[in-house]
Amino acid sequence: MPKDHLEFEKPLIELEDKIKELKQFMQEKDIDLTDEIERLKEKSERVKQEVYSELEPWQILKLARHAERPTTLDYINLICDDFIELHGDRNYGDDRALIGGIGKIGDQPLTIVGHQKGKSTKDNINRNFGMAHPEGYRKALRLMKQAEKFNRPILALINTPGAYPGIEAEERGQAEAIAKNMMEMARLKVPIIIIVTGEGGSGGALGIGVGDKIMMLEYTYYSVCSPEACAAILWKDASEAKTAAEALKLTAKDLLELGIVDEIINEPLGGAHKAFKESAELLKEAILTNLQEIQSFSISEMLEKRYDKFRQIGEYIEHSRIEVNDEQQDEVVNE
Amino acid sequence: MFKDWFGSKSKYVTVKRQKEKSKEKKKKKGKGKGKGKITDELWTKCKNCGEIIFNKKLAQNLKVCLECEYHFRLNSQERLNLLIDEDSFTEFGEELETVNPLEFPKYESKLKKYQEKTGLDEAVVTGEGQIGGHRVAIAVIDANFLMGSMNSVVGEKVTRVIETALNEELPLIIISGGGGGARMYEGMLSLMQMAKTSAALAKLDDAGQLFISVLTDPTYGGISASFASLGDIIIAEKEAKIGFAGPRVIKQTINKDLPSGFQTSEFQLEHGMVDKVVGRKEMKDVLVRILDIHSLRGEVNA
Repeated sequence: MPKDHLEFEKPLIELEDKIKELKQFMQEKDIDLTDEIERLKEKSERVKQEVYSELEPWQILKLARHAERPTTLDYINLICDDFIELHGDRNYGDDRALIGGIGKIGDQPLTIVGHQKGKSTKDNINRNFGMAHPEGYRKALRLMKQAEKFNRPILALINTPGAYPGIEAEERGQAEAIAKNMMEMARLKVPIIIIVTGEGGSGGALGIGVGDKIMMLEYTYYSVCSPEACAAILWKDASEAKTAAEALKLTAKDLLELGIVDEIINEPLGGAHKAFKESAELLKEAILTNLQEIQSFSISEMLEKRYDKFRQIGEYIEHSRIEVNDEQQDEVVNE
Repeated sequence: MFKDWFGSKSKYVTVKRQKEKSKEKKKKKGKGKGKGKITDELWTKCKNCGEIIFNKKLAQNLKVCLECEYHFRLNSQERLNLLIDEDSFTEFGEELETVNPLEFPKYESKLKKYQEKTGLDEAVVTGEGQIGGHRVAIAVIDANFLMGSMNSVVGEKVTRVIETALNEELPLIIISGGGGGARMYEGMLSLMQMAKTSAALAKLDDAGQLFISVLTDPTYGGISASFASLGDIIIAEKEAKIGFAGPRVIKQTINKDLPSGFQTSEFQLEHGMVDKVVGRKEMKDVLVRILDIHSLRGEVNA
């Protein structure tokens, strides 16, 4: 079994191998096994449906991190009719872990920013595994402000384990870069669509994560911290990551329920890495539909909705005392 | 006069010291007696120079070491006492109760423990008061409560204090001191408070109002990567630890030792991330002067 197959894909791979075997056997020995093969194919399809409809958070996390998953540039190439990558933050450098540029889908111009992971180890080192430095966030902001100037909608594709934790990142103000982006994105006067296409790693994701619509692909996660880090802190044991992945409620489904994510974009059965084109089509459709909806509002309505969207996030109980009777208490539950 | 700001004596010191005490106790079991005595109710050992200081003296000196000027952490009450004019503080009355929205294991017991330990409901105190006669809206993040981490309630209260500043046209001051960043136990609900508070600050900024961010030890993660970094003026208290990623995480990632003085207030000043590093004793004075200058709203052009 090739190493890039995930543990839970095992029964599927075994079935597929068996089908292949039978086909070969049928040819070699000239025996009719068509019925048998059909039965196995049906079974394989059924198992696939079963496996993928009941994935646990930990398994989804594995899919989100899958090395063969389409990257930001893969999606851009598949959905855009034209795209020109633009480089640099004009202050320090060009971050290869967070890319951006201008392009179009049909007649719709767009500014796109997104984390970029590598395809191979070498490529990943070049891309710093999709972990951006401050100059990455500042480049994104420069391009987004440019989008505002030319009245172009913004698409942000999130796929990062997190913002890079290193000495230079600290020296150049990682915290400030992320904070500034959130503040500015809250008030940019053009539509902003956010899509998590793989890993939504904490502040590193949120640094390009404020917008009118937040969507997640089906097998992605978005989390306050990595389950490994969470486990190491809370249980002093990184191997508890599986438990942490469940506790953190980090899947698209969980976050839709919590009201943080607006929409889940389906992936082809087996995951985006199994069918790039089909996955990109689904992405494109979601982008265009949502863009149309956002563009139906006036700018002030759009900004108000964007503000309210974030303003209402948080769960707590509000007690408000009524002066007339000390024993009477009103409870307002914010959800 | 400083004495008055720090009302009752040993109470304040114990917050920090309880931890040390339990550590000392463990040590005592292993290595025999002796050292534990220093952490007697009356004394504190300076974490920096090892000087043993009489608690009363330490409180009088605003919890700054008399020997080496090491700044011990203040809790929110001490911080307010230090900065706000006497009897001018009114805490905002809303009562927001933290819940366990993700049903995260052991969250409730953690909360309860810190509520009992600190006497606070949550990791932030908000209200309005006067500083040198200037009315301000103010929030203080208390690092003693679950490491001053931001959850739904903290994010909501910070957002409300920003909104109050906006609605009542008050200067805003937020004193950050939280090493916990966005609080894990509330998952993405915590993380999104970074966006929520930053969006609220965008409105305050649009309205042309002043926001002074004061960074105290420690300011990290979701706190530093949101409102704490968005002040018009950012003041760091002397020798505070300030950064995005925690030093342990960085060390693990790069597999190298960190340079001395890394992520201190002075480091942030050197790298252009804060406007000014200020010692505790001068903090109020500096804030008053900034507020003063901003209160002079002369016409620029007719």
